[in-house]
Amino acid sequence: MASVGKIARRTFLIGAAAVAGGVAVGYYYYRKPFANPLETDLGKGEATFNPYVKIAADNTTTIVAPRAEMGQGISTTLAIMVAEELDVGLDQIKVEHGRASYAYYNAAILEEGGPFAFFDESMTAQAVRSGLGVVGKLLALQVTGGSASTRDGFDKMRQAGAAARHLLIAAAAQKLGVAAADLETANGSILHKASGKSLTYGAVAAAAAAIAPPTEVKLKDRADWKLLGKPQKRIDMLAKVTGAPIFGIDVRMPDMLYGTVKMSPRFWAKPVKVDLAKAEKMPGVIKIVPLETNYGHGFGIIAQNTWAAFKAADTIDAQWADPEYPLSSAAILDVLKQALGTKGSAMRDNGDVDTAFADAPREKIVEADYAVPYLAHATMEPMNATARFKDGALDIWCGNQTPTLVRQLCANAVGIEQDKVTVHTTFMGGGFGRRTEMDFSLCAALMAKETGGRPIKVTWTREEDMRHDAYRPAAVGKFQARLGDDGMPVAVDMRIASPSVIASTLRRLFPSISPVGPDKSIVDGAYDQPYTIANYRVSGVAAPVSIPVGFWRSVGSSINGFFHEGFMDEIATAGKIDPVELRKKLMAAYPAAVKVVEKVAAMAKWGEPLPAGKAKGVAFTLSFGSWVGEIVQVADTPAGIRIEKVWIAADVGTALDPGIVEAQLISAAIYGLSAAMGQQITFADGMVEQSNFHDFDAMRIFQCPVFEVAILENFHKMGGVGEVGTPPAAPALANAIFALTGKRIRTLPLSTRVAFA
Amino acid sequence: MRLTVDGQSFDIDVDPDMPLLWALRDLVGKTGPKFGCGIAACGACTVHVDGQPVRSCSLPVGQVDGAVTTIEGIGTADRLHPVQQAWLEEQVAQCGYCQAGQIMSAVALLDEVADPSDADIDNAMGGNLCRCGTYPKIRSAIRKAAALKTAGL
Repeated sequence: MASVGKIARRTFLIGAAAVAGGVAVGYYYYRKPFANPLETDLGKGEATFNPYVKIAADNTTTIVAPRAEMGQGISTTLAIMVAEELDVGLDQIKVEHGRASYAYYNAAILEEGGPFAFFDESMTAQAVRSGLGVVGKLLALQVTGGSASTRDGFDKMRQAGAAARHLLIAAAAQKLGVAAADLETANGSILHKASGKSLTYGAVAAAAAAIAPPTEVKLKDRADWKLLGKPQKRIDMLAKVTGAPIFGIDVRMPDMLYGTVKMSPRFWAKPVKVDLAKAEKMPGVIKIVPLETNYGHGFGIIAQNTWAAFKAADTIDAQWADPEYPLSSAAILDVLKQALGTKGSAMRDNGDVDTAFADAPREKIVEADYAVPYLAHATMEPMNATARFKDGALDIWCGNQTPTLVRQLCANAVGIEQDKVTVHTTFMGGGFGRRTEMDFSLCAALMAKETGGRPIKVTWTREEDMRHDAYRPAAVGKFQARLGDDGMPVAVDMRIASPSVIASTLRRLFPSISPVGPDKSIVDGAYDQPYTIANYRVSGVAAPVSIPVGFWRSVGSSINGFFHEGFMDEIATAGKIDPVELRKKLMAAYPAAVKVVEKVAAMAKWGEPLPAGKAKGVAFTLSFGSWVGEIVQVADTPAGIRIEKVWIAADVGTALDPGIVEAQLISAAIYGLSAAMGQQITFADGMVEQSNFHDFDAMRIFQCPVFEVAILENFHKMGGVGEVGTPPAAPALANAIFALTGKRIRTLPLSTRVAFA
Repeated sequence: MRLTVDGQSFDIDVDPDMPLLWALRDLVGKTGPKFGCGIAACGACTVHVDGQPVRSCSLPVGQVDGAVTTIEGIGTADRLHPVQQAWLEEQVAQCGYCQAGQIMSAVALLDEVADPSDADIDNAMGGNLCRCGTYPKIRSAIRKAAALKTAGL
C-alpha cells in the first residue's frame, strides 16, 4: 500500500492546504493588505464589509460570488455560504459575479503565496516561478481547482458573512446602548429581545462598516445551519426561465458590429492559398482580417450582422498547409498503439508485477485492449466573445472559466498592459472545461483592433466550434490480470497511452514553457482507485499527437473510469465472482467506498432476478474527492438497447446543497452516457469529420433513463460534485450491455457495435 | 419588411434569406431565442409563428407569414407563464442556455395536448437538446405545468 499512500497524500496535499489556508489566512484577506474592491464603486447609502458583502441603507444586501456560473449552481452555493452566517434569507439578497474584484482578489491571494487561488492565475505564477515539477503542479491545480469551488469557498465565504454580522451587531449595540451579547439576528434584522427594539442591517450598515473588523469570527455549528445542507432555490433560475440576456452571446452594445471566424481546419496549419475577394464583396461584410494566435491561423470576418459574417466565412476559399500530425484516425491510433509499447511512467506500482506474471499459468491470465476516441465538449452555447478596443483599453465580455488568463493573454495579443484590459465574465451556456480555453477571447480581441473602436461580437458557427475544440484526448489501454485460485486478482498491470492534456495546454497558453515530467491526467481514474491488489501497476505514456486536447468534464477519469471498471468487470467474469462482491472485497481497506457500493447495490436490488431481456451493470470511480457508484439497467427492445434506469450513490463528504448535488450527479452521468453511446471525433485528411449535432449528438429526452440518487456523507473530507458522476457512467453501461448480450465492448462509442433505442 | 414579434411591430431592412433567428437577435434585439446549431438539430432557437413551434435558425425571415412569439413574449418575471412557473418550481435549468427553446416547445405541446403522456412529451421535446441533462426535470415540469394550466393558474 506504500505507493498508494504516497500518491494519496500527494493528491490531497493541495486540497488539504486549501482548507487549512482558508482557515488560517482567509479572514485576513478581507481587509488587509489589499483594498476592498467594492469600496471603489459603492452606491449612495451602501456600505461594504469585505469583498463579498455590501449592504445599502434600504437593507438591500449584495453578495459577491466570485466564480463563473456554467450551470453547476456555484453562484447559489457560494451565496448561501455567506447568507448562512450573515443571517439573511436568500430572497433578501442580490448576487453578483464580482467582476473586477474577482480578478483582483485572486491575484492578491497568489501574491501572498496563498495555496488556493483559481488555477489560472496560479498556473501563470507556478509556470514562471517553478522550473521543475511544473507539469505536476499545473495539473494538480487544474484538477483540484476545476472541481473544488465549494471546498475553496467553504471557509472564506462563511467567514465573510460572519464578520459582517459581527460588525452589524456591534453597531446596533452602540446605537441602542445595549450589550452586543443581548442582540440576536434573523432575516437581515437585529433584535433586542428584552426591549423588543429592532433595527434592520441597512439602518446600521454605514456605522458598522466604520468599525474595525474582528480578528477572529466563530462559525455556526452544522447543527445550526438554516440554509446550508438543505436544497435551496437557485438564484439564477428566474433569469433562465424568462430568456433574460445573461449569456456572452446576448451582449449588445450601441454601435456594435458582428463577426465570426474561419480558422484552419487543420490544427496549427497556415493558409497556403486564399481568395478573399468574393467573400469581401458580399452584402453586409465590412472587412476580413487574418488571425494568428497560439491556437492556430485563419480569418476574422467583420460584418453588419452575424448572418452576413457566417455566409462570408462559408465563401472564403482557402487551401491549408499539411498538418504536423497523422492525417487519419487510423494513423493516429497507430501512434497511440506504438506509444503503448513503450514503458511509460508507473504512477502506481504495488508489489512486484513482473514477477507475479512471470510464472502465471495461461488459464489464470485475463487480457484486454481498450480504446476511446477524441471527444468535443459541444456546449449548447457556441464559442463567442465581444470585444471593444478603444483609447488604448480593451474590454472583453464572454463566458469564461479563467478571467485572469483571458486578461493576460489578450493584453499580450493586442500589445497593451494587463491593467488596460477589463474582463466581464457572463453566465455560460455550458462549460465542461471548454471555456478554460482562450481562443474565442483572443480572436475577438484581435478583431476589435480592426473596427475603429466599435465593439464587435464574434460568434462561432456550430461547425467552427465542433472542429476547433481542445478535445478530450483519444486513449488506448492494455490490461492484464492474474487470478488466484479463488478467482480474485493477485496481479493487475494497466498501461494507458494518450496525448498529454497538460503539454497541449501549455503549447496554447505558454508556448515558451516545455512540459517536464509525466502527465498524471493520463492515468487519473486508474492509478488512484481504492482497490487493494497485491501486485498492482498503472503506467501512463504520453503519445506524440499534437491535435489540441484539453480538460473535458472529469478529464483523465472520463477515460480511465471506462478502462479500469470495464476491466474489473472482466476480472469478475473470469473469476466467476459477482462484480459487486469483487469490488467490496478489493475495497475493504476503504470503508467509504464499500458503503457506496453497498448502497447503490441495495438501491438497484442488485442480485435479484430480472425478467428476460433486461440486465444491469455496475461501476465505481473515485474522482475529485468523491466516491461514486453507478448501476445501469438496460433492456433489449425491438428498436435497440434502451437505458431504463440508473442508480447513483455518491459520498461527497459534505453536501452543501443536496438539490444541486443531485442535479449535478445526474447531469454528469448523462454527459458520460451521451459520449459512451454515440460520440466520437474522427479525422480524415487532417481535419475533424464531425460538424454539428447531426453527427455528434447527445442523449435526447426520449432516451433518458429514470434516475435514483443517494447522497452519502461518510467520508471526512468534502469532495467535488460537478464532474464525479461522469466516470462510472460509461463502464456501468458497457458492463450492463455485456450482461445483456454477452458482447464485451472495449472500444467507445458503443454505437459502433450495438444500436440504441 | 415588417415583423410582428411579441405583440410589437418592427420594420427591418433585411435580406429575406436571413434566418428568423438572426433577424430577431441582431436586428430586432430579441436575444431570448438562442443560437445552437443553425441546422434545426438542437431546438435552442425555438419560437412560435402563429402559435406553431418553429426552429427559427432554419426559417428564412422572408418566409415568416405570421406573428412571432419568443420566450420574452409569453410571460415576464412578474407574470410568468404556467410553463415558466413550473420550470421555476421544479428548478429545471442548469446552464439554462437551451431552456428558452425547451419552454417554447413545451408551451406549444400543452396548447395542443392538455394532459400529455410520456410519449407525447418524447415526441414534442425530442428535438430540443440539453447538454446539462435536465431531461428528468423537464418531464416533471411539463406535468406540473399541465396541472397549473388545468387549474387555471
